[in-house]
Amino acid sequence: MLRSLSIEPEKCTGCLQCEMACSYENEGVFNPAKSRIKVFVFEREGRNVPYTCTQCADAWCKNACPTEAIQINAATGAKEINNGLCVGCKVCTIACPFGTVNYNHATGKVIKCDLCGGDPACAKACPTQAITFVDADWTGYSKMRNWAQRTDTQSSAQV
Amino acid sequence: MGWHKKVLRVNLTDGSCNAEPLNMRWASEYLGQRGLATKYLLEEIDPQVDPLSPDNKLIFATGPLTGTMASTGGRFSVVTKGALTGAIACSNSGGYFGAELKFAGWDMVIFEGRALSPVYLLIKDDSVELLPADDLWGRSVWETDEILHRRHQDPQLRIAAIGQSGEEGVLFACVVNDLHRAAGRSGVGTVMGSKNLKAIAVRGTQGVKVKDPARFMRVVNEKKQILAENAVTGQGLPTYGTQVLMNVINEVGALPTNNAADVQFAGASKISGEAMHEVRASDGKANLIANKACFGCTIACGRISRIDKTHYTVVNRPEYWGASGGLEYEAAWALGAATGVDDLEALTFANFVCNEQAFDPITFGSTLGAAMELYEMGLISDADTGGTALKFGSAEALTKMAELVGKGEGFGKILGLGSKRLCEKYGHPELSMSVKGQEFPAYDPRGIQGMGLTYATSNRGACHLRSYTVASEILGIPEKTDPLATEGKAGLVKAFQDATAAVDSTGLCLFTTFAWSLDDFQPQVDAACDGEWSLERLSEVGERIWNMERQFNLAAGFTGKDDTLPKRLLKDAAKTGPAKGRVNGLDQMLPEYYQLRGWDDAGVPTQETLSKLGL
Repeated sequence: MLRSLSIEPEKCTGCLQCEMACSYENEGVFNPAKSRIKVFVFEREGRNVPYTCTQCADAWCKNACPTEAIQINAATGAKEINNGLCVGCKVCTIACPFGTVNYNHATGKVIKCDLCGGDPACAKACPTQAITFVDADWTGYSKMRNWAQRTDTQSSAQV
Repeated sequence: MGWHKKVLRVNLTDGSCNAEPLNMRWASEYLGQRGLATKYLLEEIDPQVDPLSPDNKLIFATGPLTGTMASTGGRFSVVTKGALTGAIACSNSGGYFGAELKFAGWDMVIFEGRALSPVYLLIKDDSVELLPADDLWGRSVWETDEILHRRHQDPQLRIAAIGQSGEEGVLFACVVNDLHRAAGRSGVGTVMGSKNLKAIAVRGTQGVKVKDPARFMRVVNEKKQILAENAVTGQGLPTYGTQVLMNVINEVGALPTNNAADVQFAGASKISGEAMHEVRASDGKANLIANKACFGCTIACGRISRIDKTHYTVVNRPEYWGASGGLEYEAAWALGAATGVDDLEALTFANFVCNEQAFDPITFGSTLGAAMELYEMGLISDADTGGTALKFGSAEALTKMAELVGKGEGFGKILGLGSKRLCEKYGHPELSMSVKGQEFPAYDPRGIQGMGLTYATSNRGACHLRSYTVASEILGIPEKTDPLATEGKAGLVKAFQDATAAVDSTGLCLFTTFAWSLDDFQPQVDAACDGEWSLERLSEVGERIWNMERQFNLAAGFTGKDDTLPKRLLKDAAKTGPAKGRVNGLDQMLPEYYQLRGWDDAGVPTQETLSKLGL
């Protein structure tokens, strides 16, 4: 079963544990500046929104890459950067409509979410289940369930 | 590891900014943050210095676990000689600023001297510069935050600033970071203002490393699990924030009300955590809109609130219509019970103003309570207040005075002195609910006896965060003690004080101690920091810090005579509730406390105690 990250912003408290977990997993250091997932805090609305790559099926970044450095991991469905091929041209960062591929000046390569090889550290670190790793074909499952639970089909019959 | 081993020294007088190595011998004895910064301060300033003179220093200090993945690892402290108290001041804050400072590669920033004209410090990793802040002077924290973000075109800057109150010399001004987190007490923001330092803006990209990453991650995950499963840190605090306490403390008869004339407040439920969840009749929305975590925190006790747009405080003032930092328990008590005001929206507005202009809601609310008592006694007149009737229970008085204190204008200037000086001015020093010049917070020592000793002996003046025996006396953590008994409280207070001093030096949050003991901190510190950190060593660090702070205060001119409480708590019995008929039994606890501390009868650490602790 292919799985995807599912993000429910209303559960996010803005603690940034996900950013820390991501940077630790990928860079071996606690450093949100090197995280592939970012939490955006909208102060006046009181909202915190985690945001990262959604692993497009037909990925703009992959299509744009002139060196075929972005490859699909067949097991996880993740679009992964092959550092051996990446030349740091940043065309993928322009192509991505969502901004989730970014350049890392320290390495001269781009970085993006690779689903940690199928066990994303951000989802494991999230204390409120705002980020979960779920069946890719059913990312809407819990939302559907919540709405389903609110449906009161008995009231009219019982009146 | 844990530490970057790097201190930034900023001389505001000559404008120089220099990196220097962190004194690692001191780090091994005082760990970080509260302990280590206090050591630096004690070594570098004369404790008798005028807090507002250029000779005082102001230190922003992180702990070794700040900026790590340990839960709540986002704390920093502002350490200086307090403007309000003249005692050692150490105010702890969360938000994102502390971790960002650490990510920029700095354990600590030491400010010395005084700038000729207003400045702010911009830190981008190793690049550090002092920039003119003339155009920021006179602005609120919120405006300053917005201007600096726009000017530097960097949404990821984290900013700590003072508001107008700190510029105008309000003695309990604080430093507010990330718009609504505060290094709140003792007037650390006033010291910052006296140095003509408006703000610090920081962006860090270097990250933090720990000694043994694999072990650290394993331990950190175990400890996070404990927080998640604990009733207080896993349920009570996430659901109601610290406001979970309002009804509880009122019921046990320990909610100081109307300047501590009473110990129970009829309006408590209206300003409680439960009330913040209730849907308002006016707009169909609740006051509380979200929980908010500080950096790295898996508890998320912070509250985000929105004021009812039809409330008198914000009509036609859209700048207050957005979401911002909501009421926490101490603020709700001070702005509410201490003044007798039970209007939740008015309290929320006053709280917003405290954040916007950066002043301490505890001291403000308590000072206003004292002023209301003096007003009702006829000693403060409408002419003094500019026409506002300072009656207990008046929401209008609360919100009007909050705005005046925020700007340091009119009667706000007088309130800005704090209750000790205010009550002296009007001839009734006994009406100030303070110890060593600082107002006590939301627990009445007649109903919770250990808090009397806590307030009397707190090194930064009355404070709940130096030994939170409420945990034991009311909540039963780590074990239940009788809140009305004095027996055993001396030992309890000492144990809490020492453990707290150690916790405050790690970079983690004291609120974890509802679920964690020092045993839970120890493996996290040991996996992150150079050297071996045993439980014994951590405990000793705590006791060493407590005695060092005591030494600072003794050198500053305080004596054992200052380890006392307002007469009201010692002479006027509680009128209602479980503590009815009781006063605080400080005299039954203090001598034993001195003895357990290894201090003489005058409250001075003996030579033996000092040498045992390596002081």
